[in-house]
Amino acid sequence: MIVSRGLTKTYGSVPVLRGVDLHIARGRVTAIVGPNGAGKTTFIKSLLGLTRPDGGTITFDGVAIGADASYRARIGYMPQIAHFPENITGTELLGLLRELRGTDACDERLVDALGVRPSLDKKLRVLSGGTRQKVNAAAAFLFAPDLYVLDEPTSGLDPLSSGILKERITAERDLGRTIILTSHILSEIDELADDIVYLCDGTVHFAGGVTELKRQTMTTSIERSIAALMRREVAA
Amino acid sequence: MSAPLRSADLAWTSPVAVADAPRARAHVVTRVARFQAREVMRSRWLIAYGCFFLVVTEGLLRFTGGDARTILSLASIVLYVVPLLTLVFGTVYLYNAREFTELLLAQPIDRRALFAGLYSGLTIPLVLAIAIGVGGPFLMRGFADPLPRAMLAAVIGTGAALTMIFTAIAFCIALWCEDRLRGLGAAIGVWMLGAIVYDGLVMAAVAAFSDYPLEKPMLMLTLANPIDLARVTLLLQLDVSALMGYTGAVIQQFLGGATGTLVAVCALALWIAGPIALGLHAFARKDF
Repeated sequence: MIVSRGLTKTYGSVPVLRGVDLHIARGRVTAIVGPNGAGKTTFIKSLLGLTRPDGGTITFDGVAIGADASYRARIGYMPQIAHFPENITGTELLGLLRELRGTDACDERLVDALGVRPSLDKKLRVLSGGTRQKVNAAAAFLFAPDLYVLDEPTSGLDPLSSGILKERITAERDLGRTIILTSHILSEIDELADDIVYLCDGTVHFAGGVTELKRQTMTTSIERSIAALMRREVAA
Repeated sequence: MSAPLRSADLAWTSPVAVADAPRARAHVVTRVARFQAREVMRSRWLIAYGCFFLVVTEGLLRFTGGDARTILSLASIVLYVVPLLTLVFGTVYLYNAREFTELLLAQPIDRRALFAGLYSGLTIPLVLAIAIGVGGPFLMRGFADPLPRAMLAAVIGTGAALTMIFTAIAFCIALWCEDRLRGLGAAIGVWMLGAIVYDGLVMAAVAAFSDYPLEKPMLMLTLANPIDLARVTLLLQLDVSALMGYTGAVIQQFLGGATGTLVAVCALALWIAGPIALGLHAFARKDF
Protein backbone atom coordinates (compact mmCIF):
# COMPACT_ATOMS: atom_id res chain seq x y z
CA MET A 1 0.00 0.00 0.00
CA ILE A 2 2.80 2.39 0.93
CA VAL A 3 6.09 2.14 -0.91
CA SER A 4 9.02 4.41 -0.18
CA ARG A 5 12.12 4.40 -2.34
CA GLY A 6 15.45 5.96 -1.48
CA LEU A 7 13.91 8.45 0.91
CA THR A 8 16.45 10.98 2.17
CA LYS A 9 16.13 13.98 4.44
CA THR A 10 18.74 16.19 6.01
CA TYR A 11 18.01 18.79 8.67
CA GLY A 12 20.75 21.39 8.47
CA SER A 13 23.80 19.16 8.28
CA VAL A 14 22.27 16.23 10.14
CA PRO A 15 21.10 13.38 7.89
CA VAL A 16 17.90 11.96 9.38
CA LEU A 17 16.80 9.63 6.60
CA ARG A 18 19.54 8.06 4.50
CA GLY A 19 17.79 6.13 1.79
CA VAL A 20 14.71 4.49 3.30
CA ASP A 21 13.27 1.71 1.13
CA LEU A 22 10.09 0.29 2.55
CA HIS A 23 7.00 -1.58 1.56
CA ILE A 24 4.10 -1.40 3.96
CA ALA A 25 1.50 -4.06 3.26
CA ARG A 26 -2.24 -3.49 3.17
CA GLY A 27 -4.36 -4.96 5.93
CA ARG A 28 -1.53 -5.39 8.40
CA VAL A 29 -0.24 -3.67 11.49
CA THR A 30 3.27 -2.43 10.87
CA ALA A 31 5.26 -1.24 13.86
CA ILE A 32 8.13 1.15 13.20
CA VAL A 33 10.68 0.78 15.95
CA GLY A 34 14.15 2.06 16.59
CA PRO A 35 16.17 4.18 18.98
CA ASN A 36 15.53 7.90 19.47
CA GLY A 37 16.65 9.90 16.47
CA ALA A 38 16.41 6.90 14.14
CA GLY A 39 14.11 8.78 11.76
CA LYS A 40 10.73 7.27 12.75
CA THR A 41 8.98 10.60 13.16
CA THR A 42 10.56 12.06 10.03
CA PHE A 43 9.37 9.06 8.03
CA ILE A 44 5.83 9.45 9.36
CA LYS A 45 5.87 13.19 8.72
CA SER A 46 7.04 12.58 5.15
CA LEU A 47 4.19 10.14 4.66
CA LEU A 48 1.71 12.73 5.95
CA GLY A 49 3.17 15.49 3.81
CA LEU A 50 4.25 17.54 6.84
CA THR A 51 7.88 17.27 5.79
CA ARG A 52 9.22 17.19 2.27
CA PRO A 53 11.97 14.66 1.69
CA ASP A 54 15.11 15.84 -0.09
CA GLY A 55 15.20 12.78 -2.31
CA GLY A 56 13.26 9.63 -3.05
CA THR A 57 9.54 9.03 -3.33
CA ILE A 58 6.65 7.69 -1.31
CA THR A 59 3.71 6.23 -3.16
CA PHE A 60 0.28 5.58 -1.72
CA ASP A 61 -1.47 2.88 -3.75
CA GLY A 62 0.84 3.62 -6.65
CA VAL A 63 0.32 7.41 -6.60
CA ALA A 64 3.30 9.53 -5.58
CA ILE A 65 2.69 11.79 -2.60
CA GLY A 66 3.11 15.39 -3.68
CA ALA A 67 1.39 18.72 -3.57
CA ASP A 68 -2.13 17.30 -3.89
CA ALA A 69 -3.54 16.91 -0.40
CA SER A 70 -6.50 14.70 -1.27
CA TYR A 71 -4.77 11.41 -0.40
CA ARG A 72 -4.85 12.49 3.23
CA ALA A 73 -8.63 11.97 3.22
CA ARG A 74 -7.72 8.28 3.47
CA ILE A 75 -5.45 8.71 6.50
CA GLY A 76 -6.35 8.94 10.16
CA TYR A 77 -3.46 10.47 12.11
CA MET A 78 -2.96 10.40 15.84
CA PRO A 79 -0.03 12.61 16.88
CA GLN A 80 2.07 11.70 19.86
CA ILE A 81 1.27 14.79 21.92
CA ALA A 82 -2.33 15.82 22.36
CA HIS A 83 -1.60 19.53 22.41
CA PHE A 84 -4.85 21.18 21.36
CA PRO A 85 -6.03 24.80 21.48
CA GLU A 86 -7.01 25.53 25.07
CA ASN A 87 -10.22 27.49 24.81
CA ILE A 88 -12.32 25.23 22.68
CA THR A 89 -14.25 22.09 23.53
CA GLY A 90 -13.78 18.55 22.27
CA THR A 91 -17.07 18.84 20.38
CA GLU A 92 -15.82 21.92 18.55
CA LEU A 93 -12.54 20.21 17.75
CA LEU A 94 -14.21 17.10 16.32
CA GLY A 95 -16.65 19.40 14.51
CA LEU A 96 -13.79 21.25 12.81
CA LEU A 97 -12.23 17.98 11.64
CA ARG A 98 -15.61 16.90 10.30
CA GLU A 99 -16.04 20.18 8.42
CA LEU A 100 -12.55 20.00 6.98
CA ARG A 101 -13.20 16.46 5.79
CA GLY A 102 -16.50 17.66 4.37
CA THR A 103 -18.52 14.86 5.87
CA ASP A 104 -21.20 14.46 8.52
CA ALA A 105 -20.83 10.70 8.63
CA CYS A 106 -18.65 9.92 11.58
CA ASP A 107 -17.58 6.84 13.42
CA GLU A 108 -17.74 7.94 17.03
CA ARG A 109 -17.57 4.48 18.56
CA LEU A 110 -14.21 5.19 20.15
CA VAL A 111 -15.57 8.36 21.80
CA ASP A 112 -18.06 6.19 23.67
CA ALA A 113 -15.75 3.21 24.18
CA LEU A 114 -13.14 5.42 25.84
CA GLY A 115 -15.83 7.20 27.84
CA VAL A 116 -14.92 10.73 26.75
CA ARG A 117 -18.43 11.75 25.64
CA PRO A 118 -19.17 13.56 28.98
CA SER A 119 -15.89 15.51 28.67
CA LEU A 120 -16.51 16.70 25.12
CA ASP A 121 -18.41 19.82 26.14
CA LYS A 122 -15.69 21.04 28.48
CA LYS A 123 -12.86 23.23 27.32
CA LEU A 124 -9.85 21.13 26.42
CA ARG A 125 -7.74 23.15 28.85
CA VAL A 126 -9.54 21.75 31.89
CA LEU A 127 -9.23 18.11 30.78
CA SER A 128 -6.48 15.89 32.16
CA GLY A 129 -3.63 14.87 29.89
CA GLY A 130 -5.02 11.35 29.68
CA THR A 131 -8.49 12.54 28.69
CA ARG A 132 -6.99 14.81 26.00
CA GLN A 133 -5.11 11.80 24.70
CA LYS A 134 -8.42 9.91 24.49
CA VAL A 135 -9.91 12.76 22.45
CA ASN A 136 -6.80 12.59 20.27
CA ALA A 137 -7.31 8.86 19.72
CA ALA A 138 -11.02 9.25 19.00
CA ALA A 139 -10.23 11.98 16.43
CA ALA A 140 -7.94 9.64 14.47
CA PHE A 141 -10.66 6.98 14.23
CA LEU A 142 -13.52 9.30 13.17
CA PHE A 143 -13.48 8.90 9.42
CA ALA A 144 -12.96 5.18 8.79
CA PRO A 145 -9.72 5.77 6.89
CA ASP A 146 -7.87 3.14 4.89
CA LEU A 147 -4.65 3.93 6.70
CA TYR A 148 -4.08 4.74 10.34
CA VAL A 149 -0.88 6.49 11.35
CA LEU A 150 -0.55 6.28 15.12
CA ASP A 151 2.44 7.86 16.83
CA GLU A 152 2.85 6.18 20.21
CA PRO A 153 -0.90 5.70 20.52
CA THR A 154 -1.08 4.37 24.06
CA SER A 155 1.34 6.79 25.72
CA GLY A 156 -0.42 8.59 28.55
CA LEU A 157 -3.45 6.28 28.51
CA ASP A 158 -4.50 4.24 31.53
CA PRO A 159 -4.31 0.42 31.14
CA LEU A 160 -8.05 0.07 30.57
CA SER A 161 -8.21 2.69 27.80
CA SER A 162 -4.99 1.42 26.33
CA GLY A 163 -6.58 -2.05 26.11
CA ILE A 164 -9.69 -0.62 24.42
CA LEU A 165 -7.56 1.22 21.88
CA LYS A 166 -5.49 -1.88 21.15
CA GLU A 167 -8.65 -3.94 20.65
CA ARG A 168 -9.89 -1.34 18.21
CA ILE A 169 -6.60 -1.37 16.30
CA THR A 170 -6.80 -5.14 15.88
CA ALA A 171 -10.46 -4.90 14.84
CA GLU A 172 -9.61 -2.32 12.16
CA ARG A 173 -6.84 -4.57 10.89
CA ASP A 174 -9.31 -7.45 10.67
CA LEU A 175 -11.54 -5.21 8.52
CA GLY A 176 -8.66 -4.92 6.07
CA ARG A 177 -7.38 -1.50 7.14
CA THR A 178 -3.69 -0.74 7.30
CA ILE A 179 -2.08 0.51 10.49
CA ILE A 180 1.33 2.08 10.94
CA LEU A 181 2.35 2.72 14.51
CA THR A 182 5.40 3.64 16.48
CA SER A 183 5.96 2.59 20.03
CA HIS A 184 8.64 2.21 22.63
CA ILE A 185 6.60 -0.35 24.54
CA LEU A 186 7.84 -3.65 23.21
CA SER A 187 5.14 -5.79 24.85
CA GLU A 188 2.57 -3.68 23.03
CA ILE A 189 4.30 -4.29 19.72
CA ASP A 190 4.35 -7.98 20.58
CA GLU A 191 0.61 -7.83 21.04
CA LEU A 192 -0.29 -5.80 17.95
CA ALA A 193 2.29 -5.97 15.17
CA ASP A 194 2.20 -8.23 12.13
CA ASP A 195 5.24 -6.61 10.55
CA ILE A 196 8.21 -4.87 12.07
CA VAL A 197 10.34 -2.13 10.56
CA TYR A 198 13.52 -1.47 12.46
CA LEU A 199 14.97 1.94 11.66
CA CYS A 200 18.37 3.01 12.88
CA ASP A 201 20.46 6.02 11.82
CA GLY A 202 18.07 6.78 8.99
CA THR A 203 18.16 3.41 7.25
CA VAL A 204 16.03 0.29 7.44
CA HIS A 205 17.91 -2.44 9.29
CA PHE A 206 15.08 -4.92 9.31
CA ALA A 207 11.69 -5.05 7.62
CA GLY A 208 9.50 -8.08 7.56
CA GLY A 209 7.06 -10.31 9.35
CA VAL A 210 7.20 -11.11 13.01
CA THR A 211 8.10 -14.79 12.44
CA GLU A 212 10.94 -13.81 10.13
CA LEU A 213 12.28 -11.44 12.77
CA LYS A 214 12.18 -14.13 15.43
CA ARG A 215 13.88 -16.60 13.09
CA GLN A 216 16.64 -14.14 12.19
CA THR A 217 17.38 -13.19 15.75
CA MET A 218 16.80 -16.72 17.07
CA THR A 219 14.46 -15.55 19.81
CA THR A 220 10.94 -16.42 20.81
CA SER A 221 9.38 -13.04 21.52
CA ILE A 222 9.37 -9.74 19.65
CA GLU A 223 10.53 -8.08 22.81
CA ARG A 224 13.71 -10.15 22.78
CA SER A 225 14.24 -9.93 19.04
CA ILE A 226 14.09 -6.14 19.05
CA ALA A 227 16.40 -6.05 22.00
CA ALA A 228 18.69 -8.35 20.00
CA LEU A 229 18.51 -5.98 17.00
CA MET A 230 19.39 -3.00 19.18
CA ARG A 231 22.28 -4.85 20.76
CA ARG A 232 23.53 -5.84 17.36
CA GLU A 233 23.67 -2.12 16.44
CA VAL A 234 25.58 -1.30 19.55
CA ALA A 235 28.07 -4.10 18.95
CA ALA A 236 28.58 -3.19 15.29
CA MET B 1 -23.09 1.96 18.78
CA SER B 2 -23.36 2.55 15.09
CA ALA B 3 -22.32 0.05 12.46
CA PRO B 4 -18.77 0.33 11.21
CA LEU B 5 -18.53 2.71 8.31
CA ARG B 6 -16.85 1.75 5.14
CA SER B 7 -14.27 4.14 3.90
CA ALA B 8 -15.94 4.23 0.50
CA ASP B 9 -18.96 5.88 2.13
CA LEU B 10 -16.87 8.75 3.36
CA ALA B 11 -13.97 10.79 2.22
CA TRP B 12 -13.91 10.07 -1.48
CA THR B 13 -17.55 10.73 -2.04
CA SER B 14 -17.73 13.76 0.22
CA PRO B 15 -19.11 16.78 -1.61
CA VAL B 16 -16.32 19.12 -0.59
CA ALA B 17 -13.44 16.81 -1.43
CA VAL B 18 -14.63 16.36 -4.98
CA ALA B 19 -16.05 19.86 -5.45
CA ASP B 20 -14.16 22.38 -7.52
CA ALA B 21 -10.89 23.37 -5.91
CA PRO B 22 -11.57 27.09 -5.29
CA ARG B 23 -14.77 26.32 -3.43
CA ALA B 24 -13.09 23.64 -1.37
CA ARG B 25 -10.31 26.09 -0.48
CA ALA B 26 -12.78 28.81 0.48
CA HIS B 27 -14.55 26.26 2.68
CA VAL B 28 -11.30 25.44 4.48
CA VAL B 29 -10.44 29.13 4.94
CA THR B 30 -13.79 30.03 6.48
CA ARG B 31 -13.98 26.96 8.74
CA VAL B 32 -10.44 27.29 10.07
CA ALA B 33 -10.82 31.07 10.50
CA ARG B 34 -14.09 30.68 12.41
CA PHE B 35 -12.63 28.00 14.66
CA GLN B 36 -9.45 29.94 15.30
CA ALA B 37 -11.28 33.23 15.93
CA ARG B 38 -13.54 31.50 18.44
CA GLU B 39 -10.50 30.07 20.21
CA VAL B 40 -8.64 33.41 20.30
CA MET B 41 -11.68 35.40 21.43
CA ARG B 42 -12.01 33.19 24.48
CA SER B 43 -8.40 33.67 25.50
CA ARG B 44 -7.93 35.72 28.64
CA TRP B 45 -5.11 37.52 26.96
CA LEU B 46 -7.30 38.88 24.18
CA ILE B 47 -9.96 39.96 26.66
CA ALA B 48 -7.27 41.82 28.63
CA TYR B 49 -6.09 43.45 25.40
CA GLY B 50 -9.60 44.71 24.61
CA CYS B 51 -10.10 45.89 28.21
CA PHE B 52 -6.83 47.81 28.07
CA PHE B 53 -8.10 49.91 25.15
CA LEU B 54 -11.45 50.31 26.84
CA VAL B 55 -9.91 51.63 30.05
CA VAL B 56 -7.44 53.92 28.29
CA THR B 57 -10.09 55.40 25.99
CA GLU B 58 -12.57 55.85 28.80
CA GLY B 59 -9.90 57.47 30.94
CA LEU B 60 -8.82 59.85 28.18
CA LEU B 61 -12.42 60.80 27.47
CA ARG B 62 -13.02 61.61 31.12
CA PHE B 63 -9.88 63.65 31.59
CA THR B 64 -9.57 65.48 28.29
CA GLY B 65 -13.18 65.80 27.26
CA GLY B 66 -13.28 64.09 23.88
CA ASP B 67 -11.78 66.67 21.56
CA ALA B 68 -8.99 66.31 18.99
CA ARG B 69 -6.43 66.00 21.79
CA THR B 70 -8.11 62.84 23.06
CA ILE B 71 -7.91 61.31 19.61
CA LEU B 72 -4.24 62.30 19.30
CA SER B 73 -3.31 60.68 22.59
CA LEU B 74 -5.26 57.60 21.59
CA ALA B 75 -3.48 57.56 18.24
CA SER B 76 -0.03 57.53 19.80
CA ILE B 77 -1.03 54.75 22.19
CA VAL B 78 -2.38 52.66 19.30
CA LEU B 79 0.80 53.27 17.28
CA TYR B 80 3.06 51.96 20.05
CA VAL B 81 0.94 49.31 21.72
CA VAL B 82 -0.67 47.56 18.76
CA PRO B 83 2.56 46.50 17.01
CA LEU B 84 4.20 45.32 20.26
CA LEU B 85 1.29 43.31 21.60
CA THR B 86 0.34 41.90 18.21
CA LEU B 87 3.91 40.66 17.68
CA VAL B 88 4.23 39.14 21.14
CA PHE B 89 0.77 37.59 21.26
CA GLY B 90 1.05 36.36 17.68
CA THR B 91 4.40 34.61 18.06
CA VAL B 92 3.59 33.07 21.45
CA TYR B 93 0.23 31.89 20.15
CA LEU B 94 1.73 30.35 17.03
CA TYR B 95 4.44 28.50 18.95
CA ASN B 96 1.78 27.07 21.26
CA ALA B 97 -0.35 26.03 18.30
CA ARG B 98 2.49 24.14 16.64
CA GLU B 99 1.26 20.59 17.36
CA PHE B 100 -2.30 21.50 16.51
CA THR B 101 -1.14 23.02 13.21
CA GLU B 102 0.52 19.69 12.45
CA LEU B 103 -2.74 17.87 13.11
CA LEU B 104 -4.52 20.22 10.70
CA LEU B 105 -1.79 19.79 8.10
CA ALA B 106 -2.40 16.03 8.23
CA GLN B 107 -5.99 16.62 7.09
CA PRO B 108 -6.84 16.56 3.38
CA ILE B 109 -6.63 20.33 2.97
CA ASP B 110 -4.52 22.75 1.00
CA ARG B 111 -1.67 24.38 2.94
CA ARG B 112 -2.30 27.84 1.52
CA ALA B 113 -5.96 27.68 2.47
CA LEU B 114 -4.97 26.60 5.97
CA PHE B 115 -2.58 29.56 6.24
CA ALA B 116 -5.29 31.99 5.13
CA GLY B 117 -7.66 30.53 7.72
CA LEU B 118 -5.15 30.67 10.57
CA TYR B 119 -4.09 34.22 9.65
CA SER B 120 -7.64 35.57 9.48
CA GLY B 121 -8.62 33.72 12.62
CA LEU B 122 -5.84 35.43 14.53
CA THR B 123 -6.22 38.90 12.95
CA ILE B 124 -9.99 39.31 13.20
CA PRO B 125 -10.24 38.99 17.02
CA LEU B 126 -7.31 41.38 17.50
CA VAL B 127 -8.95 43.98 15.25
CA LEU B 128 -12.29 43.51 17.01
CA ALA B 129 -10.61 44.07 20.38
CA ILE B 130 -9.26 47.43 19.15
CA ALA B 131 -12.53 48.44 17.53
CA ILE B 132 -14.59 47.64 20.61
CA GLY B 133 -12.03 48.93 23.11
CA VAL B 134 -11.44 52.24 21.34
CA GLY B 135 -14.86 52.71 19.73
CA GLY B 136 -17.01 51.54 22.64
CA PRO B 137 -16.61 54.50 24.98
CA PHE B 138 -17.23 56.94 22.10
CA LEU B 139 -20.28 54.99 21.01
CA MET B 140 -21.72 55.15 24.51
CA ARG B 141 -21.43 58.93 24.40
CA GLY B 142 -23.40 58.97 21.19
CA PHE B 143 -20.94 60.82 18.90
CA ALA B 144 -22.22 64.31 19.57
CA ASP B 145 -19.57 65.86 17.36
CA PRO B 146 -19.09 64.78 13.72
CA LEU B 147 -15.37 65.60 13.70
CA PRO B 148 -14.25 62.94 16.22
CA ARG B 149 -16.27 60.35 14.34
CA ALA B 150 -14.08 60.52 11.20
CA MET B 151 -10.95 60.82 13.31
CA LEU B 152 -11.95 57.85 15.41
CA ALA B 153 -12.53 55.79 12.29
CA ALA B 154 -9.02 56.74 11.13
CA VAL B 155 -7.51 55.61 14.46
CA ILE B 156 -9.33 52.27 14.40
CA GLY B 157 -8.47 51.78 10.72
CA THR B 158 -4.80 52.42 11.44
CA GLY B 159 -4.94 49.99 14.36
CA ALA B 160 -6.48 47.39 12.03
CA ALA B 161 -3.79 47.93 9.38
CA LEU B 162 -1.01 47.63 11.98
CA THR B 163 -2.61 44.44 13.33
CA MET B 164 -2.69 42.93 9.84
CA ILE B 165 0.96 43.86 9.22
CA PHE B 166 2.33 42.64 12.53
CA THR B 167 0.29 39.43 12.69
CA ALA B 168 1.81 38.53 9.33
CA ILE B 169 5.30 39.40 10.64
CA ALA B 170 4.60 37.23 13.71
CA PHE B 171 3.76 34.34 11.36
CA CYS B 172 7.03 34.88 9.48
CA ILE B 173 9.03 34.89 12.74
CA ALA B 174 7.32 31.77 14.12
CA LEU B 175 7.86 29.95 10.82
CA TRP B 176 11.52 30.88 10.50
CA CYS B 177 12.70 30.46 14.10
CA GLU B 178 12.26 26.95 15.43
CA ASP B 179 13.28 28.08 18.91
CA ARG B 180 10.49 29.96 20.66
CA LEU B 181 12.73 32.06 22.88
CA ARG B 182 14.68 33.30 19.90
CA GLY B 183 11.39 33.90 18.12
CA LEU B 184 10.06 35.98 20.98
CA GLY B 185 13.34 37.89 21.06
CA ALA B 186 13.05 38.55 17.33
CA ALA B 187 9.48 39.79 17.81
CA ILE B 188 10.53 42.29 20.47
CA GLY B 189 13.56 43.24 18.35
CA VAL B 190 11.33 44.01 15.36
CA TRP B 191 9.18 46.25 17.51
CA MET B 192 12.16 48.08 19.03
CA LEU B 193 13.54 48.66 15.57
CA GLY B 194 10.28 49.93 14.09
CA ALA B 195 8.97 51.92 17.03
CA ILE B 196 12.11 53.34 18.66
CA VAL B 197 15.47 52.76 16.98
CA TYR B 198 14.26 53.77 13.52
CA ASP B 199 13.17 57.23 14.64
CA GLY B 200 16.52 57.76 16.33
CA LEU B 201 18.35 56.83 13.14
CA VAL B 202 16.17 59.17 11.10
CA MET B 203 16.89 62.02 13.54
CA ALA B 204 20.60 61.31 13.34
CA ALA B 205 20.43 61.33 9.54
CA VAL B 206 18.57 64.62 9.53
CA ALA B 207 21.16 66.18 11.82
CA ALA B 208 24.08 64.83 9.81
CA PHE B 209 22.78 65.89 6.41
CA SER B 210 21.04 69.08 7.42
CA ASP B 211 22.78 71.02 4.63
CA TYR B 212 21.15 68.91 1.93
CA PRO B 213 17.58 68.79 0.66
CA LEU B 214 16.02 65.94 2.62
CA GLU B 215 12.47 65.88 1.32
CA LYS B 216 12.73 62.83 -0.90
CA PRO B 217 14.93 60.69 1.42
CA MET B 218 12.63 61.53 4.32
CA LEU B 219 9.66 60.44 2.33
CA MET B 220 11.33 57.17 1.40
CA LEU B 221 12.35 56.56 5.02
CA THR B 222 8.78 57.10 6.11
CA LEU B 223 7.45 54.64 3.59
CA ALA B 224 10.07 52.06 4.63
CA ASN B 225 8.84 51.69 8.22
CA PRO B 226 5.24 50.53 8.69
CA ILE B 227 4.89 52.21 12.09
CA ASP B 228 6.11 55.56 10.74
CA LEU B 229 3.95 55.14 7.69
CA ALA B 230 0.91 54.40 9.84
CA ARG B 231 1.67 57.42 12.01
CA VAL B 232 1.95 59.73 9.02
CA THR B 233 -1.16 58.35 7.34
CA LEU B 234 -3.08 58.77 10.56
CA LEU B 235 -1.83 62.28 11.26
CA LEU B 236 -2.68 63.30 7.70
CA GLN B 237 -6.22 62.14 8.35
CA LEU B 238 -6.31 63.99 11.64
CA ASP B 239 -5.03 67.11 9.88
CA VAL B 240 -2.57 67.95 12.62
CA SER B 241 0.65 67.42 10.70
CA ALA B 242 1.84 70.83 11.84
CA LEU B 243 2.45 69.05 15.11
CA MET B 244 4.97 66.79 13.43
CA GLY B 245 7.59 69.46 12.90
CA TYR B 246 9.90 69.43 9.93
CA THR B 247 9.06 65.95 8.59
CA GLY B 248 5.41 66.67 9.06
CA ALA B 249 5.63 69.80 6.98
CA VAL B 250 7.53 67.98 4.25
CA ILE B 251 5.11 65.13 4.24
CA GLN B 252 2.15 67.44 4.34
CA GLN B 253 3.57 69.07 1.25
CA PHE B 254 4.15 65.77 -0.54
CA LEU B 255 1.43 63.59 0.81
CA GLY B 256 -1.20 66.14 1.79
CA GLY B 257 -4.40 66.13 -0.22
CA ALA B 258 -6.15 63.27 -1.90
CA THR B 259 -3.15 61.94 -3.88
CA GLY B 260 -0.95 61.90 -0.81
CA THR B 261 -3.51 59.96 1.18
CA LEU B 262 -3.86 57.55 -1.68
CA VAL B 263 -0.09 57.01 -1.85
CA ALA B 264 0.11 56.47 1.91
CA VAL B 265 -2.81 54.03 1.93
CA CYS B 266 -1.33 52.11 -1.02
CA ALA B 267 2.02 51.90 0.77
CA LEU B 268 0.24 50.55 3.85
CA ALA B 269 -1.56 48.00 1.70
CA LEU B 270 1.81 46.89 0.31
CA TRP B 271 3.10 46.59 3.87
CA ILE B 272 0.19 44.27 4.63
CA ALA B 273 0.52 42.23 1.44
CA GLY B 274 4.32 41.79 1.64
CA PRO B 275 4.58 40.00 5.00
CA ILE B 276 1.45 37.95 4.22
CA ALA B 277 3.04 36.76 0.96
CA LEU B 278 6.29 35.94 2.77
CA GLY B 279 4.48 34.05 5.52
CA LEU B 280 2.36 32.16 3.00
CA HIS B 281 5.46 31.20 1.06
CA ALA B 282 7.24 30.02 4.22
CA PHE B 283 4.17 28.11 5.44
CA ALA B 284 3.69 26.35 2.10
CA ARG B 285 7.31 25.15 2.05
CA LYS B 286 8.05 24.52 5.70
CA ASP B 287 8.99 21.12 7.11
CA PHE B 288 6.91 20.70 10.24
